[in-house]
Amino acid sequence: MQPLVKNNILKEKIIGLSRENREDIIGYDTPDITKIREQALSKFVDLGFPDQSVEEWRNTNLDNALSYDYNLAFHPVKKITNIESIFKCNVPHLNTLLVSLLNGWHVFMDEALKTLEDGTIVGSFAHAIKKYPEIIGKHFSKYSGTGKNGLEALNTAIAQDGIFIYVPDGVEVKSPIQIVNIIRPESNIFVQARNLIILGKNSKLTLVHCDDSYNLLPGFSNTVTEVFIGENAKLNHNKLQNINNDSTIINSTYFHQESNSELLYNAISLNGGLIRNNTYVKLNGEGCETNILGLYLMDKTQHIDNYTYIDHVKPNCNSKKLFKGILDEKATGVFNGHVHVRRDAQNTNAVQKNQNILLTDTAKIDTKPFLEIYADDVKCSHGATVGQLNTEALFYIRSRGIEERNAELLLMYAFAAEVINHISIDALRDRIDDMVKKRLRGELSVCDQCVLHCSSQEQPVQFDIDMSLLETNN
Amino acid sequence: MLSIRNLKVSINNKEILKGLSLEVNAGEIHAIMGPNGTGKSTLASIIAGRDIFNVDSGEVIYKGKNLLEMAPEVRACEGIFLGFQYPVEIPGVSITNFLRTAMNEQRKYRGLEPITAKEFFAKMEEKKKLVEIHSKLTNRSVNEGFSGGEKKKNEIFQMAMLEPELAILDETDSGLDIDALKIVAKGVNSLRTENNAFIVITHYQRLLDYIVPDFVHVLYEGEIVKTGGKELAFELEEKGYEWLKN
Repeated sequence: MQPLVKNNILKEKIIGLSRENREDIIGYDTPDITKIREQALSKFVDLGFPDQSVEEWRNTNLDNALSYDYNLAFHPVKKITNIESIFKCNVPHLNTLLVSLLNGWHVFMDEALKTLEDGTIVGSFAHAIKKYPEIIGKHFSKYSGTGKNGLEALNTAIAQDGIFIYVPDGVEVKSPIQIVNIIRPESNIFVQARNLIILGKNSKLTLVHCDDSYNLLPGFSNTVTEVFIGENAKLNHNKLQNINNDSTIINSTYFHQESNSELLYNAISLNGGLIRNNTYVKLNGEGCETNILGLYLMDKTQHIDNYTYIDHVKPNCNSKKLFKGILDEKATGVFNGHVHVRRDAQNTNAVQKNQNILLTDTAKIDTKPFLEIYADDVKCSHGATVGQLNTEALFYIRSRGIEERNAELLLMYAFAAEVINHISIDALRDRIDDMVKKRLRGELSVCDQCVLHCSSQEQPVQFDIDMSLLETNN
Repeated sequence: MLSIRNLKVSINNKEILKGLSLEVNAGEIHAIMGPNGTGKSTLASIIAGRDIFNVDSGEVIYKGKNLLEMAPEVRACEGIFLGFQYPVEIPGVSITNFLRTAMNEQRKYRGLEPITAKEFFAKMEEKKKLVEIHSKLTNRSVNEGFSGGEKKKNEIFQMAMLEPELAILDETDSGLDIDALKIVAKGVNSLRTENNAFIVITHYQRLLDYIVPDFVHVLYEGEIVKTGGKELAFELEEKGYEWLKN
């Protein structure tokens, strides 16, 4: 039971540090937020880190991920010179407005909160608490509560910064907003980031959200993102994860949809020691459309866990989940898909599908699509498959002259393409397409570059972070 | 070109080919006929390199080399093509990408530079006309959602693009209406040269009205029991396979 002891040591350490640094943590808060934080901290004290005795965490063991002596980042990187040259992203033809997080802290380009011409506000969550207390008060922790588990509670209690995006009613944001979340572990850092994204009525936003690690040291990123999608608003959210093999990402996203809103969410997980994506969607109005897609390509001893919960509260909504994964070597995966159709949610249309290819006898997937239905006039389906590459198809491809390894790659790529094809930004889709191909060929490495830059020869380095330009305050 | 000698093949200890011999030379068209379950498709699969069978004895020599030792892709690069009886659907891979990859791998094997996009598309246009397939079809995933006729035409289209030296067509005519059958035959006839050969496996004499074989072989219970010219096909049509038992 050694790991459990270690977990407790880390828990006690974090609680201690949270109390010591209380003034910093609540520095930007309104009294209401401080109150929520205190409730959340008590919850973390009670619950601790999730362990396998909890049904939702039965197949994901955090012991190893929590066995490091992590430090917390209560202060942002202090001194940054030559900022424009540090974070820049020039994926060909992908024009995004870039906002960056370094160890959970927003990295200022010119100002902490930027107001675009159309009125959209983008920038630091911490600064938004101060500058827009009404908006924050109306939305902060309103969708996540204090968190469904100890980690989310911890985030609510102590996360100081993150990305804040506010799209006013009727605004269609022209270029996509890109969030780059970088962990730079210098001494085993435990990062908390808190994002809040609000889409007003009839608005439209495309997000590109990258999780990346900078070096090969262990890091733990515990992010909670709350997303409010107002009436008739449309959000296209593309998530990319490419972190090192010793790093852990726990990524909890709460989507709250009002009537006739649309959500398209793609989570592409290319690399990572342990990745857990908790995706919660509440369909709180009639006529909502929601599409949650995931693709995971894991090898070595990597672990991926996609937990999704869709709550059909109101009638006449459609939801669709499609998660596909390829697991190689000793990689392990979990899919937990829960669709909850409440009694009033008549005429619900819900589909969920999880398909897996296991390339070895030692790769493993636990998949559990799950329906919980209380309405009587609904159309719901769920399915899961686990298999190997189709040998007949392999022979067919080889019989045309394509060598075995390439035939396998072609089939794996074709399998993955069903998810990739849903990415609506052409430049991003092309790039991810390229990265997936490289990942399948074993050529994609986690390096000091943005997740959007795959280390291809034909492309110049597009995203350089010169870490010598940064100094931490710790 | 191809020399099969005393080939014995089994699957799960069940003997399928029981000492089959066949000689195919460049410029020839061979038809193999016979009732169901006599080993026609097994023969096609063995030549193309499907590895679910056991070769118990005998040899297959292709252009002076031991064919049985080659991987399926090497056989393709050496000029062998199998038109599948049941073409496999490959969702997510467009015909265009699939063929270009195949063509370039074959070219690489032969020490040639990859085909340029311009050349490739020009060739596709030419061959599409030959087998009368719709432009849109080549942008679709390989065989996915194709009708039976489209799948078979797609096999002939791939053959036309890859220009094999030895093509085996495994019941390409089954399930085709007369118009599609004519297109398939037109494809074969227009590709025919002095340097390549075809093995056409069929149940019916009908296809042989359009593709005129030099030899007709009757495969029965794992052996070639009769070989003749094209007139043998008419005789079979008239008398049925029962006639062979005597």
